[in-house]
Amino acid sequence: MTSTKDRKQKENEDWVACIARIRESQDEAAFARLFGHFAPRVKAFLMRSGADATLAEECAQEVMAVLWQKAHLFDPSRASAATWIFTIARNRKIDALRKQKRPEPEDLPWGNEPEPDQADVLALQQESNQLGEAIAALPDKQRVLIEKAYFSDLSHSEIADQTGLPLGTIKSRIRLALDRLRHAMK
Amino acid sequence: MTYVQIKHHLSDALLMAYSAGNLPEAFSLTVAAHISMCDECRARLGAFDAMGGAIIERCGTAEMNAGSLEATMQRIRATGPVKTAAPARKCNLPQPLQDYIGGDLDAVKWRSAGMGVKQAILPTSREATARLLFIPAGAAVPDHGHRGTELTLVLQGAFVDEVDHFGPGDIEIANEDLNHTPVADIGADCICLAATDAPLRFRGLIPRLAQPFLRI
Ligand SMILES: [Zn+2]
Repeated sequence: MTSTKDRKQKENEDWVACIARIRESQDEAAFARLFGHFAPRVKAFLMRSGADATLAEECAQEVMAVLWQKAHLFDPSRASAATWIFTIARNRKIDALRKQKRPEPEDLPWGNEPEPDQADVLALQQESNQLGEAIAALPDKQRVLIEKAYFSDLSHSEIADQTGLPLGTIKSRIRLALDRLRHAMK
Repeated sequence: MTYVQIKHHLSDALLMAYSAGNLPEAFSLTVAAHISMCDECRARLGAFDAMGGAIIERCGTAEMNAGSLEATMQRIRATGPVKTAAPARKCNLPQPLQDYIGGDLDAVKWRSAGMGVKQAILPTSREATARLLFIPAGAAVPDHGHRGTELTLVLQGAFVDEVDHFGPGDIEIANEDLNHTPVADIGADCICLAATDAPLRFRGLIPRLAQPFLRI
């Protein structure tokens, strides 16, 4: 019997393999699997950020198309597939919903490492999994605020208006949540 | 180009808001410029992005339209392969800043802000303002307070104020409680990137008159 933890870990590694197959052989079946899992999540994310269903559908398609086109830039020793897709979706959100540019940090100097080390890939995918579990284990009050910070286009003070909580309470709950996550990731 | 001696870093709140995509453009630019100079904050940003990834996994789903996958494949075929950007050249300024200036330091169009201080406003969305500040060695920026938040990132040289000493790569996060007078180190001119989400409040009479014209 496999635990949820093992299943999630296997799933993470599967997504990494699917992106590799797109990069190496333009594998449409691998893309279809990624699409089936992630496109509805990206669409939900965009709708929670304020896009209507039509705009969210279009943007989710664009996000998935970017995944295909930039598959060669994905580094599984630095991010899980979900994290990488989140960053693409977030950038699309800023562009389409907020009509702003997203200044990105300078790329790191390019090394001569065509293939990331397998042990690094495994460790990163495990940590991503662990972080997901730690977020799931947060007290509801804290987790809700973290999710609001990521999945709505709201600043802390706007969250305060919306939830009726004082700004100080929101800041301290988020701080507590981050402390817990740090502790869980030790 | 990163700096190991950076002492003043981004706060969790700023990194999280940048990762979530909720900062005004001028603040995002300042955060991106600091991360370009700071490996520590780059790694911390990686952790906040990973939170975004973990949350998107558990935020629910919205059904895609019929034929959505095929429509996406058509988009992909219509676009063709994307070009990969060339590696950054060696420059004085972090890449995200150069993108806004349209070049390196020598391309900046400085305007006098009085007392030897020069500034250049960068084109960002209007919720907040980003500007480059040139403070001659030993000179002071007029004493000012803020209505909102001000981020000041040192690009070259150094300054000292009531809080601490800030060198290349250091970022000062000032809120409305702080009235400060940054003074450039005597050894070299200081160049900073400053982002504000409300106009600065100068205490002296002349800077106050100049403020509406200069947008500082
Ligand atoms: Zn830093």
